[in-house]
Amino acid sequence: MIRWLAGLIGFALAATSALAAEPALIGVGYLGVTGARSTLSLVDQPAENDGVAGARLAIEDNNTTGKFLGQRFTLEERRIKEGEDPVQAATALAEKNGFIITDLPADALLKVSDALRDRGTLLFNAGAIDERLREADCRGNVIHTAPTRAMLADALGQYLVWKKWSRWLLVVGSHDEDKLFADALRRTATRFGAKIVQEKTFEDKGGARRTDSGVTLIQRQMPVFTQGAPAYDVLVAADESEVFGAYLPYRTWDPRPVAGSAGLVPRSWDASQDQWGAIQMQNRFMKLNSRRMTALDMQAWTAARMIGEATSRTNSGDVKKVTDFIKGPDFSVAAFKGTRLTLRDWNLQLRQPILLVDGRMVVSVSPQEGFLHQVSELDTLGYDRPESKCKLK
Amino acid sequence: MQAEVSDVTRRIPGRDGAPPPPLAGEVKTARGQISRMLGAASLLTLALAAAPAHAFIAYVSNEKSNTVTVIDTDSWTVTKTIKVGQRPRGIDFTRDGKFVMVAVGDDDTIQVIDAKTQSVVDSLPSGPDPELFAQDAAGKILYVANENDNTVTVIDLEKRSRLGDIQVGVEPEGMTISPDGKTLINTSETTNMAHFIDTSSRQIVANVLVDARPRFAEFKHDASEVWVSSEIGGTVSVIDPKKHEVIGKVTFEIPGLRKEAIQPVGIGMTKDDKTAFVALGPANRIAVVDVASRKVTKYLLVGQRVWHMAFTPDEKYLLTTNGVSNDVSVIDVAAQKVIKTIQVGELPWGITIAP
Repeated sequence: MIRWLAGLIGFALAATSALAAEPALIGVGYLGVTGARSTLSLVDQPAENDGVAGARLAIEDNNTTGKFLGQRFTLEERRIKEGEDPVQAATALAEKNGFIITDLPADALLKVSDALRDRGTLLFNAGAIDERLREADCRGNVIHTAPTRAMLADALGQYLVWKKWSRWLLVVGSHDEDKLFADALRRTATRFGAKIVQEKTFEDKGGARRTDSGVTLIQRQMPVFTQGAPAYDVLVAADESEVFGAYLPYRTWDPRPVAGSAGLVPRSWDASQDQWGAIQMQNRFMKLNSRRMTALDMQAWTAARMIGEATSRTNSGDVKKVTDFIKGPDFSVAAFKGTRLTLRDWNLQLRQPILLVDGRMVVSVSPQEGFLHQVSELDTLGYDRPESKCKLK
Repeated sequence: MQAEVSDVTRRIPGRDGAPPPPLAGEVKTARGQISRMLGAASLLTLALAAAPAHAFIAYVSNEKSNTVTVIDTDSWTVTKTIKVGQRPRGIDFTRDGKFVMVAVGDDDTIQVIDAKTQSVVDSLPSGPDPELFAQDAAGKILYVANENDNTVTVIDLEKRSRLGDIQVGVEPEGMTISPDGKTLINTSETTNMAHFIDTSSRQIVANVLVDARPRFAEFKHDASEVWVSSEIGGTVSVIDPKKHEVIGKVTFEIPGLRKEAIQPVGIGMTKDDKTAFVALGPANRIAVVDVASRKVTKYLLVGQRVWHMAFTPDEKYLLTTNGVSNDVSVIDVAAQKVIKTIQVGELPWGITIAP
């Protein structure tokens, strides 16, 4: 006990002297992919700095706090081309940065995670929503601030069931990720008692997203495509590849709402989210980046804030100490979602409410009322502990 | 953003050349007005003589309606609804009891309501997005937390001019001044600190880390402790204001309620420093805390998402603002019971009662 106290006092003294001395430098890296994907709506086209802009704001926020604690945060950004080996860039980043926020496809993230494991670098997956990164392919050095497909699907499904729109017409794109989202939606339907009355596939035949007379054609195609479906309440689209989803609202044969990849969309964040003090952050983000904040920006902001939260709580920039604290039972972070966010200790996924947005407004926030859980209602979203296949290494 | 900045400049009274009307001095009151006031005063005396208890006037800011509701604490009825600027939150009487100041965040100013006419008569040059504020004992200096630019703005209430800014943490919110007036406490919601500011030098002298999203700070009347509520952390930190250390924490546990739903915000302490009341937000309860042992003795069920509170000056009643249920709960302080609910505007947030 005495020794413990002495240690504590020593620690406090060290912290005080750190104030006067040089600030502790805490390096955060950001690793993303160059080139933005093309979206159906011009409005949804991501900015060049999508994601890293959120990290940049969190670094500013951390530095405001850091000046009171003698901590200074830096951000180093690297981008790789699609298909390029991510390990080289990640290793270069890891030279100066104990923490790296990534927006990488699942396979690239796994390569980076395995390559950096022995260095002790802590990775934050801000971009990939793949279930397998939290399940069979989970890694002990990767924290996930991005939600998973199952979390997103469950968030949407809870609301649709609450609305009693329980008969779904599921339209699935032909790309792999569309199919993965459709898998998640099917699981949701089973869990919450919705019925998929019919499934349709929308084949990507490789058309252009920008055309001069596109609207006329789409207006004729979509009613025909959705004609003859059994009675349904809502059309649920799985189109992560941005091939047809946004073409569906107002164009279905039957007058039905659209949800999923278009219409009512589940997201970790939205430019219109202004509850729980979020307006302050939205304003700060706008001031810094001259644009609105996306879900990816938020996922990267949260990652960088988690680092700042842990460095201020531990009064340390030591990667090991900070990592242990983040993974420990006392960690939580405030992220303008009305509740503290914590990590699922079995797979290092951040628990979080999911917003349901229509592109202009937040329509609702899941978990919905009445979906109960013995540990945290946030665990009604996605795979729960007993179902998990993750064994952290 | 530029437009917003110039907008703020325009709103600062006195900058356009006209001398600002004084707040505290009240030198400009016309003779006729004074005699009218005297008449009203004697009427009031008569009314008081007849009434069994003192009647007080409570002002409630309604964040969503952009109004302030006036409540008579004798009849417990709404007597007036005053239209104010966008997003009214922090609200307080001037020390002389003549005016009510209300921070209208989205209009980047603090509006001044004349308590006699119950209408907005002026505005103060706060920084952008003012939320909560504190005034010194003399009622001459106002300290305003500006959520949008990480500063505390210092305002001379008599001259209505801005004396300066103090840089604090991210999203400054809670504000309180020590009973001796020497220390200002400001909490910053994303930095998670209570900043101790020397009011004479206007410099930060200490920063105390507390749990997540600190929202409100309250001194014990004997100045021995500062209590800081952490909305997301779910605790109240008790800080020694001399040593600048957290010396204890008040925790809350309500059977059948998730930990996440317990989000402490407003704090009220009785003048004898024996009992504290803590608003628990979406837990829809006020916790009654024994100050000495820092233990909760009782939970009082009030309206939904309870934010802030104010005692009547005789400390017989405590009024709480319940954001989601759009009402005010009246607590009998001695009996520790909710005795009444009064419907007000949408999303009631702050409350102040005439001294």
